[in-house]
Amino acid sequence: MTHDPSVGVRRRHLPTSWGGAPYLLGLPALLLFAVVVIVPLAMTVLLSFHDWGQYKGIEPVFILKNWREVLSDPYYGEMFWRTFRIALAVTVLGAVFGAPEAYILNRMKSPWRGLFLLVILGPLLISVVARTLGWALLFGGNSGLVNKALVSLGLISAPLPFMFTETGVVVALTHVLMPYMVLAVWAALQRLDPQVENAAVALGAGPFTVLRRIVLPQVMPGILSGAIIVFALAASAFATPAIIGGRRLKVASTLAYDEFLNTLNWPLGATVAVLLLVALVLIVAGASRLVERRYAQVFG
Amino acid sequence: MSKNGPLALCYHALFVAFMLAPIVVVVCVAFTPEGYLSFPTDHWSLRWFYAIGRYPEFISAFWRSLWLGALSSAIAVGFSVPAALAIARYRFAGRDAMTALFMSPLMIPHVVLGIAFLRFFTEIGLGGTFVGLVLAHIVIVLPFALRLTLASAVGLDRAIEHAAVSLGASEATVLRRITLPLIVPGLMSGWALAFINSFDEVTMTVFIAAPGTETLPVRMFLYIQDNIDPLVTSVSACVIAITVVALVALDRAYGLERLLIGRSVDAR
Amino acid sequence: MSFLALESLTKRFGSHPAVDGLSLAVEQGEFVSLLGPSGCGKTTTLQMIAGFVEPTSGAIRLAGRDLLAVKPARRGLGIVFQSYALFPHMTVGENVSFGLEMQGVASGERARRVAETLELVGLRALAGRFPRQLSGGQQQRVALARALVIQPQILLLDEPLSNLDAKLREEMQIELRQIQRRVGTTTILVTHDQAEAMALSDRLVVMNHGRVEQIAPPHEAYERPATAFVASFLGKTNLLDGASVRPEKIQFAGRGLAGRVRARVFQGNHWLYQVETGSGLVTVIRQNTGEPMPAEGEAVCLAWNSSPPQAKLGEVSAQQTEGS
Repeated sequence: MTHDPSVGVRRRHLPTSWGGAPYLLGLPALLLFAVVVIVPLAMTVLLSFHDWGQYKGIEPVFILKNWREVLSDPYYGEMFWRTFRIALAVTVLGAVFGAPEAYILNRMKSPWRGLFLLVILGPLLISVVARTLGWALLFGGNSGLVNKALVSLGLISAPLPFMFTETGVVVALTHVLMPYMVLAVWAALQRLDPQVENAAVALGAGPFTVLRRIVLPQVMPGILSGAIIVFALAASAFATPAIIGGRRLKVASTLAYDEFLNTLNWPLGATVAVLLLVALVLIVAGASRLVERRYAQVFG
Repeated sequence: MSKNGPLALCYHALFVAFMLAPIVVVVCVAFTPEGYLSFPTDHWSLRWFYAIGRYPEFISAFWRSLWLGALSSAIAVGFSVPAALAIARYRFAGRDAMTALFMSPLMIPHVVLGIAFLRFFTEIGLGGTFVGLVLAHIVIVLPFALRLTLASAVGLDRAIEHAAVSLGASEATVLRRITLPLIVPGLMSGWALAFINSFDEVTMTVFIAAPGTETLPVRMFLYIQDNIDPLVTSVSACVIAITVVALVALDRAYGLERLLIGRSVDAR
Repeated sequence: MSFLALESLTKRFGSHPAVDGLSLAVEQGEFVSLLGPSGCGKTTTLQMIAGFVEPTSGAIRLAGRDLLAVKPARRGLGIVFQSYALFPHMTVGENVSFGLEMQGVASGERARRVAETLELVGLRALAGRFPRQLSGGQQQRVALARALVIQPQILLLDEPLSNLDAKLREEMQIELRQIQRRVGTTTILVTHDQAEAMALSDRLVVMNHGRVEQIAPPHEAYERPATAFVASFLGKTNLLDGASVRPEKIQFAGRGLAGRVRARVFQGNHWLYQVETGSGLVTVIRQNTGEPMPAEGEAVCLAWNSSPPQAKLGEVSAQQTEGS
């Protein structure tokens, strides 16, 4: 079993520095981030308060028009709700199907384990556009491969619409983000002492009890941290909802894209983007805090 | 004792089929002899691969992606090394904040970054330029480079450096002869992971790329938006083939699992 | 008939025999150690008794019934693992209670027995803590309590003390022996530490390359090792006239084997000598009585008592598997 030093970094005693050494070392990257990340983000926030008109373009004034529009118009409410509904569905599907797979993978013998890990994690590195294209081909309207398979298996009687529907986006996004979930659960399983399962068996626990009482509680932090990653990435996904959802089924990121590159109402697009960022940061930070507090005493 | 039962293996087979299905479909359709999207049944054809040659924008986008990935990853690694040494070696006020800042591109939706870069580059006159692409890509791949550099810097035994100092080496010599060589594997894998992420990036890049500076994924995305035909499947098949080759090479060299399981699973 | 019987137990991994025809009879209440270097097959033997490894051939009988036909979850053995294998997400109390829960013991009875067992190992006050909040020694006791609370027919200890530091290890040895005496559970200990095995057990099973070298009470195995391997594994030894002579049995005398002191080392309660003689280099240990001892380079004569006869090495007697 390989041991990764970066997993569970040992808390070593580090010299406390009151001098400038660490700041000097970090300075180049700090400068880069200040100029290329912080300034643009601040400009975007500012942009969301600017005015815009069809003929006058962007007007650098400070008004709440865009925010009022996004927060009061039910069109945007529905769109954000759809974004988070899809993200939640993808997260739940990922956890329900990914966690068992990670467990099965972990129990495999040497050559198979590495091979299938490669097969399952590999897609992570294949272009999202190519993977989504695959789903577009599989869905392919009413005559797509998925529908043919489902009908011939007798699972459905009439073809289901996948293209340009939420179902289609959820299925494709689950596929795109699944490796992250498997990876997170896999990492948690690596930290498990294999003897612990044997100890439970020796005390009379059956396979199902071992799974439910011993393995699952220990892997739970991994599942939860995987869920947080998958949720964040699903809620901000762009290429997959753009291709599968088309122009009709809008989520936050595709809407922002439209405002920027088609309608050219940059201030409104910036408002949607900033709102997405704020909502995600709050959700992710809150969930991480909860998970950490829940497991601090047990796992530390 | 710990063997997978037949039920588990069935599940596993279905899971693997699910993961591979869309990729296999793209590759198969790319070999169709027809002029429309279909599975090659009786015979296969390279017709659509030859067709790529008639679309120079795909070829030039490919080379641009390659250069962009190589360049931005190398610069990102250059920025990561001192930053990783600072974080791994010292406890100082703002250490956690600094780490969080450098890792933040992982947490900020790429749409937001795309919008921010578009606004920023337009204002300073870098809109739609290759320099702008490089700057943006350095920032988004830096977390990957930093993560692996940090892992190897943390894993480094300080006693080795102390031994060099006791033998009379100056600080600069220790850095050059001891520290850097020891973290080179981390730097290489950090570069590789950064490169792949740059090469695949589409969401952020689609905002800042102009017609003359489109990367391959952006070109593919825009093409698919208009229509899906066998041409884009053959381009995708090429991308998949290149990625698979890189993947297997990376797995042999570093172990894919080691490359991917970094601190990202801690979800900070 | 013996309580636990291993009959020609064999385990092959591929063509490599990890355990090769091991036969052993253990009496009820006995403390037996499987002792040997790493890779000698002792852990594999333990795992076969526990049921985590299936033997290639041979039989295991517990109180007359075939143990191999029983699933690991139903064998009812208490096991203390080398890593302790505590359930990290359960408190000390929940850890100890788990086995009773699996047996369907009612909760009142369960609480009473958990408290009783924690009392036995001196951890009653820490029942609400999580494993990672305990020291190594405390974790070790939890593992022991968890194994004992189910009142197992046999207690299996897999290198239980190897993760403790030397001083703590010695304390735990004494405590382990006392607890085992008090509850009277038949115990099998696997260890590579000959001092630990000799301190704890009624009988040693010295193993090497998957085979039994000798089965005997500690004192007997030390004084009359059956093979050269046993002689050298249980302590320092000299080969003189084909017999094994322990260094502490050799004295400096007026006559005997002539030699010259090549090196001497002071070790507090004793002196360690290396003496060059016509029969090769001889190791001698003399107790430190405070009197002057031969110095380096000095000529000396070595004498030792050869009765009772030292075991002749190379002939492994057939009686060794019969036990005591």
